[in-house]
Amino acid sequence: MFVIYTSPLLRVGLRALWILPLGHMTYAASMTKSLSIIVVEEDRDRALMIVDSLREAGDNDIVVISEVSGLARRIAERQPDLVLVDIASPNRDVIEELSLATSPLDRPVAMFVDQSDESLTKAAIEAGVSAYVVDSLVPERINPIISAAIARFNMFRRMRDELAETKRALEERKLIDRAKGLLMKAKGMGEDDAYALMRKTAMDQGKKITDVAQALVTAAELLK
Amino acid sequence: MTTVRVGFIPLVDAAPLIVAHEMGFAGEEGISLELVKAPSWSTIRDMLAFGGIDAAHMLAPVPVAISLGIGANAADLSALMVLSVNGNVIGVSAELEHRLADLGHEFGFDNAIVAGQDFAKAAATKPLKIGVPFPISMHAELLYYWLSASGLPAPQGVDVRTVPPPLMADAIADGEIDAFCVGEPWGSKTVERGIGALLLPGSAIWSFAPEKVLAARTQWAEQEPDLTGRLMRAVWKASRWLGTEGTHTTTAELLSRSDYLNLPSEIIDRALMGRIVVRPTGETRFSPSFVQFSDGAATFPWRSQAAWIGNQLAARLGMDRGAAMASAKSVFRSDLYRTHLKDTGAIMPGASEKLEGGIEGGFAGASESGRLLLSENRFFDGAVFDPATKK
Repeated sequence: MFVIYTSPLLRVGLRALWILPLGHMTYAASMTKSLSIIVVEEDRDRALMIVDSLREAGDNDIVVISEVSGLARRIAERQPDLVLVDIASPNRDVIEELSLATSPLDRPVAMFVDQSDESLTKAAIEAGVSAYVVDSLVPERINPIISAAIARFNMFRRMRDELAETKRALEERKLIDRAKGLLMKAKGMGEDDAYALMRKTAMDQGKKITDVAQALVTAAELLK
Repeated sequence: MTTVRVGFIPLVDAAPLIVAHEMGFAGEEGISLELVKAPSWSTIRDMLAFGGIDAAHMLAPVPVAISLGIGANAADLSALMVLSVNGNVIGVSAELEHRLADLGHEFGFDNAIVAGQDFAKAAATKPLKIGVPFPISMHAELLYYWLSASGLPAPQGVDVRTVPPPLMADAIADGEIDAFCVGEPWGSKTVERGIGALLLPGSAIWSFAPEKVLAARTQWAEQEPDLTGRLMRAVWKASRWLGTEGTHTTTAELLSRSDYLNLPSEIIDRALMGRIVVRPTGETRFSPSFVQFSDGAATFPWRSQAAWIGNQLAARLGMDRGAAMASAKSVFRSDLYRTHLKDTGAIMPGASEKLEGGIEGGFAGASESGRLLLSENRFFDGAVFDPATKK
């Protein structure tokens, strides 16, 4: 076992994109054995979903680390082949530390997707997943796992976007209803007429109907 | 109007970018800035490398390290200009604060020799764990420089850990680290929570340390000279504005917004004013050059600054120092600075490298245009770095 914290910045591979010193596993072993994967994720449900999709990508040994304190040490102890972490996690920088701290006793350092496969790296970054991989793993072994992770992270993003969209639509609906009510009361008009008036005003002024509704509600509150 | 996407990390020294956007300097240059808040230094670097953003608030050593092949290396980056000089603090946990006080330390917040001796004494009884935000950073460089010159060889003699800036106070509270070097306002946050004290400003170690740079992909800067120029001029005008009297209150208010730092303006104002509350008991110290955006041609990317960083990294990694300094110099783009800021009134030094260290305040330097008045540039141990003689 090497001391990880006290020797940053030693011998780092020039080609490396993302690198991680991962102990003494031999090249031959890495070709045949199942891969040891660490998923760094604090949210339990998300972690379970990631693990599920990685299982589908092959028979691998997957461990989730959800505890942030001592993260670097926890990862180093397990000597994984691959570490997956959300790109939005500030703890990525902690993992970055491991990528620089290596000792001469260790196997040549590791890397993420080689620069020759820039599209996969780009897809990963866009999806919000970052991966740290040992050097000797051939792309054929890594790519299916990273592709599975990308698909899963893209799904997370879609879910988040849809949720935000639903929330927004609901808020707008509530706002328009309030404005409609104000008009109905003030002008003694029916619901359809109130809506038609707001829509016409919005069109005449080149605004969105929600903007008109917001202005009405704000004005009504001021005049209270 | 063309939109330029610029990444930033929530720190006081992101001010030139936020001001360029909010105070209309970008608009004056015919561009609009889309400011993207990034969660970590590795992510902002990767977003920049893969084209998710066009430019970024970046730790000065990162483009240098990339040019030396250290760490992640997806695309070559250029430091177009310096965004800020100084701005870090060294802080300690409450437990270490009391140990230092028992040793007679007075928390003067200005003397790195005394603080270094006392810190080394405290470390002799128990090995210390120290947090830095990123392994490739001025925080790490200044810390190693200060400790090593104080008789505590670093990084070998201490346990250095990476802790994201917003989590630094938590790491102190949890006992995960005993001390840290971090950019403001995250050091003051520790004092505010009553769990530690501030020992030194980074400027007490090196009084004119290039802290953050405006970084872009080298390829982008070369393929988009027009946009690069507009961006640089907008940021330079923002820096000049930040350097004028009476702007710090507005700046603190802007930075405190939830889109940016999302912290009370009062805590942000401390760094801008140089009035730092160093202990939870309320003792305040005045540190005049705590963070600088404009004075002393602060925005000029001196190739000698890059050489200093390259030399430090190379020495630690066992790389060839001469070659490392040559690569380092090539990424601090004083050439682009001269081209794009030519007609702005920006001071243009006569040379692109100078001695680092050994300069007292108010020293008049040779300039092509404008009056170059160099700010104090001293290393605490009196060292002078001459990039021309180092091989």
